[in-house]
Amino acid sequence: MEWTGSAIVLGAKPFGEGKAIVELFSAEHGRTAGVVHGVRRLGGVLQAGNRVHVTWKARLAEQLGFFAPLEMESGVAAFLLDDKAALDGLTSTVALIRLALPERQAYPAVYGSLSVVLDSLAEPHLWPALYSRFELGLLTAAGYGLDLSRCALTGVAHDLAFVSPKSGRAANRDAAAAFADKLLALPPFLIDPEAPVASGDIADAFALTGFFLERRIADPKGEGMPDARRRLIEHLGMNGRL
Amino acid sequence: MRSKTTVASPEIETLIGLLAKVPGLGPRSARRAALQLLKKRETLMKPLADAMAVAAASVKTCSACGALDTRDPCGLCTAPGRDDGLICVVADIQDLWALERAGVFRGRYHVLGGLLSALDGVGPDDLLIAGLVARASQDGVREVILALSATVDGQTTAHVVTERLAPLGVPVTRLAHGVPIGGELELLDDGTLFAALQSRRPL
Repeated sequence: MEWTGSAIVLGAKPFGEGKAIVELFSAEHGRTAGVVHGVRRLGGVLQAGNRVHVTWKARLAEQLGFFAPLEMESGVAAFLLDDKAALDGLTSTVALIRLALPERQAYPAVYGSLSVVLDSLAEPHLWPALYSRFELGLLTAAGYGLDLSRCALTGVAHDLAFVSPKSGRAANRDAAAAFADKLLALPPFLIDPEAPVASGDIADAFALTGFFLERRIADPKGEGMPDARRRLIEHLGMNGRL
Repeated sequence: MRSKTTVASPEIETLIGLLAKVPGLGPRSARRAALQLLKKRETLMKPLADAMAVAAASVKTCSACGALDTRDPCGLCTAPGRDDGLICVVADIQDLWALERAGVFRGRYHVLGGLLSALDGVGPDDLLIAGLVARASQDGVREVILALSATVDGQTTAHVVTERLAPLGVPVTRLAHGVPIGGELELLDDGTLFAALQSRRPL
């Protein structure tokens, strides 16, 4: 068994002397782990978020296998080391992918969305909105997509302002006004990429995706939400970026 | 297929099995090490066994800094002539040993016991951050130096530690990132070059 292609590093764990078990995420093969030799030389490459060009080989498909050769395509991590929010954003995406997606299944849409987030992490005013869309896409990929196309009460597709925490379906602002306090706010930028991001929208987006990620993915697995995500929200809040 | 046979007695196999768990030794090198120990029983094996028994019985983790020593507080925490106003924070004891080997730091240390890691599920409560905050809040502490790896986990940990120390008002610094001594620019990766340019200073 063998494949060659681009992938994003999710993380690496030391394994024996000079080796590591590295987990990568590729568009065609999803989360894939493998042994990498000579990790001392590759320490800078095997940082989360870096894009690598790699060949994965194993005698049988179900074996752990190994990555060789493994070369850097483009580095992300080194450019973010001084930016706390961006590092937490990067760590949170990695942790959520590992939490929500099974190994060795392709999720090209999540890969594309993750790439967009990684490419934008140097743009502090841009990436939190893209990160929120990544979480929304992750819910869809994991089979828990929200229906934000039309109002669950009236069927209209305009002025959608809320999401039901029970059904995950959108609701029109006027139709749901009477029980708005029981619903989750739906920021416009999550359904319309052209919509401006207003103050409070990022906080609403984190609350919305966080609610469903926790209830539908983390809780059933008996795992908590990633620490990095909590730290990210705290940091953005303290700096008035929510 | 030939079945695997053991040539040594169970006692020797147990010794080889345990030695193989030591970092740097695999099954073959563990077998060689076991043979060498058995051949030099009086001059090597018994002194080694005695030294290991003594270390196992007497070495403990320093309650102040997290280093290993037979005393608590450890020799580094009680050594006279070291600067109490400087605390150097390291992830693990081998990092402390590396700094001591270089002889470049004469303050006190604090060992966190690891780094935050999304992959391994290590959170802030798993590290000795509270002990560091308590030490840094003592009178006379002038600076906390974060000597943590230039990795995603290392710098995420550095940011969290900095945040926890912020209310104390103690200056927090970190080791520089950039061109290693003897390093040639053309061989450096883009990230290291970026970090080196970011960390440039006037001459």
